[in-house]
Amino acid sequence: MSEVEITGIVALYIFMLAGFTGYEIISKVPVILHTPLMSGSNFVHGIVLVGAMIALGHAEGFLEQTIGFLGVILAAGNAVGGYVVTERMLEMFKSSEGK
Amino acid sequence: MNAHLLINSSYLLAAFLFILGLKRMSSPKTARSGIIWAGFGMGVATIAAFFTPHLGNIPLIIIAVMLGSFAAFVSAKKVAMTDMPQMIALYNGMGGGAAAAIAAVELIRVTNHGIGDYTLTVIILAVAGALIGAISLSGSVIAFAKLQGIIRTAWTFPMQQVFNLLIFLATLVLGYLIVTQSQDPAGISGMVLFAFFALALLFGILVAIPIGGADMPVIISLFNALTGLAVAFEGFVLGNAAMIIAGTVVGSAGTLLTQLMAKAMNRSLANVLFSGFGSKETGEAMDVDGSMKPIEAMDVSVMMAYAQNVIIVPGYGMAVAQAQHKVWELTKLLQDKGVNVRFAIHPVAGRMPGHMNVLLAEAGVPYDIIADLDEINADFQSADVALVIGANDVVNPVARIDPNSPIYGMPILDADKAKNVIVIKRGQGKGFSGVENHLFYADNTRMLYGDGQKMVAELSQHIKEF
Repeated sequence: MSEVEITGIVALYIFMLAGFTGYEIISKVPVILHTPLMSGSNFVHGIVLVGAMIALGHAEGFLEQTIGFLGVILAAGNAVGGYVVTERMLEMFKSSEGK
Repeated sequence: MNAHLLINSSYLLAAFLFILGLKRMSSPKTARSGIIWAGFGMGVATIAAFFTPHLGNIPLIIIAVMLGSFAAFVSAKKVAMTDMPQMIALYNGMGGGAAAAIAAVELIRVTNHGIGDYTLTVIILAVAGALIGAISLSGSVIAFAKLQGIIRTAWTFPMQQVFNLLIFLATLVLGYLIVTQSQDPAGISGMVLFAFFALALLFGILVAIPIGGADMPVIISLFNALTGLAVAFEGFVLGNAAMIIAGTVVGSAGTLLTQLMAKAMNRSLANVLFSGFGSKETGEAMDVDGSMKPIEAMDVSVMMAYAQNVIIVPGYGMAVAQAQHKVWELTKLLQDKGVNVRFAIHPVAGRMPGHMNVLLAEAGVPYDIIADLDEINADFQSADVALVIGANDVVNPVARIDPNSPIYGMPILDADKAKNVIVIKRGQGKGFSGVENHLFYADNTRMLYGDGQKMVAELSQHIKEF
């Protein structure tokens, strides 16, 4: 468990505020950015890597360690793969003046 | 300095950078810097995680991070822009799987050592996150396999929805058992835990398998939102605020994005999830008057070179023919002659909303001459030439007039209102929906038969000679 205790009601506050934040960020996006943005948000939940590292970090015994190990591999794939494809797509968006 | 404070400040910084990054990604001018800021945040959080107190198995962690990063880096660098949607699905599934794996590790520990200092809420959220993450993993893998062409059919069977519902309910019952058993001195049964994960994975497969290829992007986007939610839940289990914030932001942003995509494709989410395309009964389609009138490339190039306004309507067929580079060459030649050239993009022109913009951007087309349906539809009336390349259903005027047509009500590009319409097409076949395209028979339409890339190259050749 963590050192900073996040109690139920505080977690609910975080859920609520973060939920509105996500909604507000996306609500005015032009269609041309839908694909890169989906890819970008896919990258952002790659933060699961931190959780997977912590889970493996206190895993004991073969089964826990194996699953934790797989979890970290998958999470790292999510973060790195998500970053590279998003960056590759956005790198190409140029305006007429930009050249 | 206090280590906890430093680690938690790093997570706070990461959460801030994610939100800033996503915000910047919502405008084409700042999008590139957005992903870089978010990436910086990820780096900070990952380094901070290594300093978690009492972190064991560090060699294992390093090996796993390197393995996952390397495999993803190589595949992500290699993938073609046309295959981007399925790669996003795959990376998203991996995130869901990771969330499920976190839950599995925590629940197995409860199975072996009792509940410890976990509260009931923690167990419930661990189970909920595991369920969602596992569904997202197996569903995304199926989505990947379908778009990649590994699975080719939309598999349906009678009573499918009832069967799926039963599987889902059984999974929920097992999840409930895990929660109640965790409160019991006897502890969680390993069998129940195993069956729960197996059924959750099976349900993900069952959800994705009947979905047709055209609807897949909406499902991928939905799984993306679900993974975000699963990550947020597991973040609560681990007491990690960065995971809760990032996961929830993606969860809500992804849900909205899913709705926007479904709307852009003129479908509701329920419609996508519970029915196959074209399965609804339709009446007799309207007859077409007139005939398809062919034209030669030479005549088209004269028409375009002396036009004032040209609108190009690209479809996925153009990307399949790899014609986008040639199209951009043609555009530059026309611009040199003083022609105002713009691109009209239908929301479903690629494999997912916005995909066509990515493909055009890859060829070097600047985004400010690319317009959405809403922006450009009124301008077709003043266009001298509308050049349709590899698009079909999205310019079919039948969607406006024939209530019996399966595409009736879908917003279309009004290419038929241009003074001249040129359609580059391989043969006389129908579109994806199997509907006859009335545009091809219109009085102001001429058909340029041939391979997209070759025909556009020929047009450029002629225009150079003027």
